[in-house]
Amino acid sequence: MMNGLLRSTFTLACLGLLATLSTACTFPGTSTPRSASGAEVVLNVFAAASLTAPMEEIKKEFEAAHPNTRLVINFAGSQQLAQQIISGAPADVFASANQQQMDALIEEGQIAGSASRPFIKNRLVVIFSKDSNAGLDDLVDLAKPGVKLILATREVPVGQYTLDFLDLAAQDANLGSSFKEGVLSNVVSYEDNVKAVFAKVALGEADAGIVYSSDVTGPDAGKVGQIKIPDAINIIATYPIAVLKDSQNPGLADEFVNLLLSETGQAILSRYGFMRIDP
Amino acid sequence: MSQPELYPQLRGDSALQTGDGEHPTPAWISTTRPLDADRWSRYFWRVLAIPLLLFFLIPIVLLFFRISPAQLLKTLGEAPVQQAIGISLKTTLISLGATVLLGIPLAYLMGRHRFRFKNVLDTLIDLPTVLPPSVAGVALIIALGRRGVFGAWLDALGIQIAFSQVAVILAQIFVSAPFFVRAASLGFAAVDAELTQAAQLDGASRWQVFRYVILPLTEVALISGAVMSWSRALGEFGATIIFAGNFPGRTQTMPMAIYLGFESNNLDAALTLAVILVAISFLSLLLVKGLVSRRRD
Repeated sequence: MMNGLLRSTFTLACLGLLATLSTACTFPGTSTPRSASGAEVVLNVFAAASLTAPMEEIKKEFEAAHPNTRLVINFAGSQQLAQQIISGAPADVFASANQQQMDALIEEGQIAGSASRPFIKNRLVVIFSKDSNAGLDDLVDLAKPGVKLILATREVPVGQYTLDFLDLAAQDANLGSSFKEGVLSNVVSYEDNVKAVFAKVALGEADAGIVYSSDVTGPDAGKVGQIKIPDAINIIATYPIAVLKDSQNPGLADEFVNLLLSETGQAILSRYGFMRIDP
Repeated sequence: MSQPELYPQLRGDSALQTGDGEHPTPAWISTTRPLDADRWSRYFWRVLAIPLLLFFLIPIVLLFFRISPAQLLKTLGEAPVQQAIGISLKTTLISLGATVLLGIPLAYLMGRHRFRFKNVLDTLIDLPTVLPPSVAGVALIIALGRRGVFGAWLDALGIQIAFSQVAVILAQIFVSAPFFVRAASLGFAAVDAELTQAAQLDGASRWQVFRYVILPLTEVALISGAVMSWSRALGEFGATIIFAGNFPGRTQTMPMAIYLGFESNNLDAALTLAVILVAISFLSLLLVKGLVSRRRD
């Protein structure tokens, strides 16, 4: 009895190990296109994590217009996505959150330099807790003593952008040269990612924080108010998109890029806090 | 007086030595078995034990080879690295003190008293050790954050815990104290009732019985529990970054600095701190193991 139980457990464990080994070496979304028989075609889109919500909506739009096509979207940090593509992951479209990672793929010869074009913009915005009694109405209030502020740490891109914004703001006559020091002395925490900044301000743990405008969406968006940062001192991130040289379905991939650039695509993206590419 | 088995994994005798003739052969094993079969059995288990052992060892050992001693010393001189080490040591020592002071009464209650729902309470105490630390962090924010149940009340009194070193210490106590309570209560439970009764008959007061009979007998359990709890507090990351935030020089502990160093391609700082943490953890576990096996002998 015990022997039988042991043996079947051992067999199961071996099978499990085999299954893990055989799947571990494949990339996500590695289905081969099956266009020949007129059956389903798979388009692999690698998109920056910040695009998750609008991309899901655009996916539905695209699949409705192309009945035999299935869109597989791989969301991750842009740097991870670029690494995966360089390591041979099959991708048709790459939508990056910054030019740096796009350039990395152009340098690797995976993307033609002329193929990359900007498709959406993102900018910084100040959010404040609606529960806060710190009296925040204007950018200059961020430097008021006693305000509890949360920023992203400089180790992540948005944290560096925030510091760049503070440098620009310090040169602004309305905010004054002591603005940056005033703001930095109010910081209680440097979070390791921008979603944590948003969450802690939405919870009311801090009075205000600085995030991407595209982060102020979702169920908790109503818990925070926004203070716009003027374009002149804002840091605007431009997202580039490109079809890869090795794409199995370059025509279809082009159509997907065109959908993002179209009025429909831009409208969806702007509903999620992004800025249209042609204002 | 035999000490309770606190951490079987820390036992002095190694499971790998099975078959080395340390244990007398049980009667049900035929003594006429050929020697070759014994040897075969020994190699069989040794070979099967290797994969997992290597899986533990290789990554940890490679950490030490990834950074040169010169680079390690140079990074150790950097202010942010020193700050992180300082904050980790300061907060973990305070949380250890609080854990021992507040943990002994709870452990004593659990170890030497019987009451209703004891099993439920016992399970509740163990809960923080199995919960993901992120759950602990969110729970602490909900209880003690500025808009939390008790936090709002403290806030009205002008006391703010979140984003302070107090928050770091509370997060460490929350996740690490159960290790101490568990070990200490097993220790208290193992003290023979005859000994305490004898002391009482000789006229010792309740306090004297605790101080001069029970405490010395549970010394090993208390020390090993404290060391386990301290190592856990030193490695605490998830609850801290949620509840206490990350501010270099104020709330940034070693595990946080390791994570941020890794994220920002500052691998040297991350590796230096990682190597120090591994060394501290290894030495403290070794200390506990040594203590436990010495007292048993």
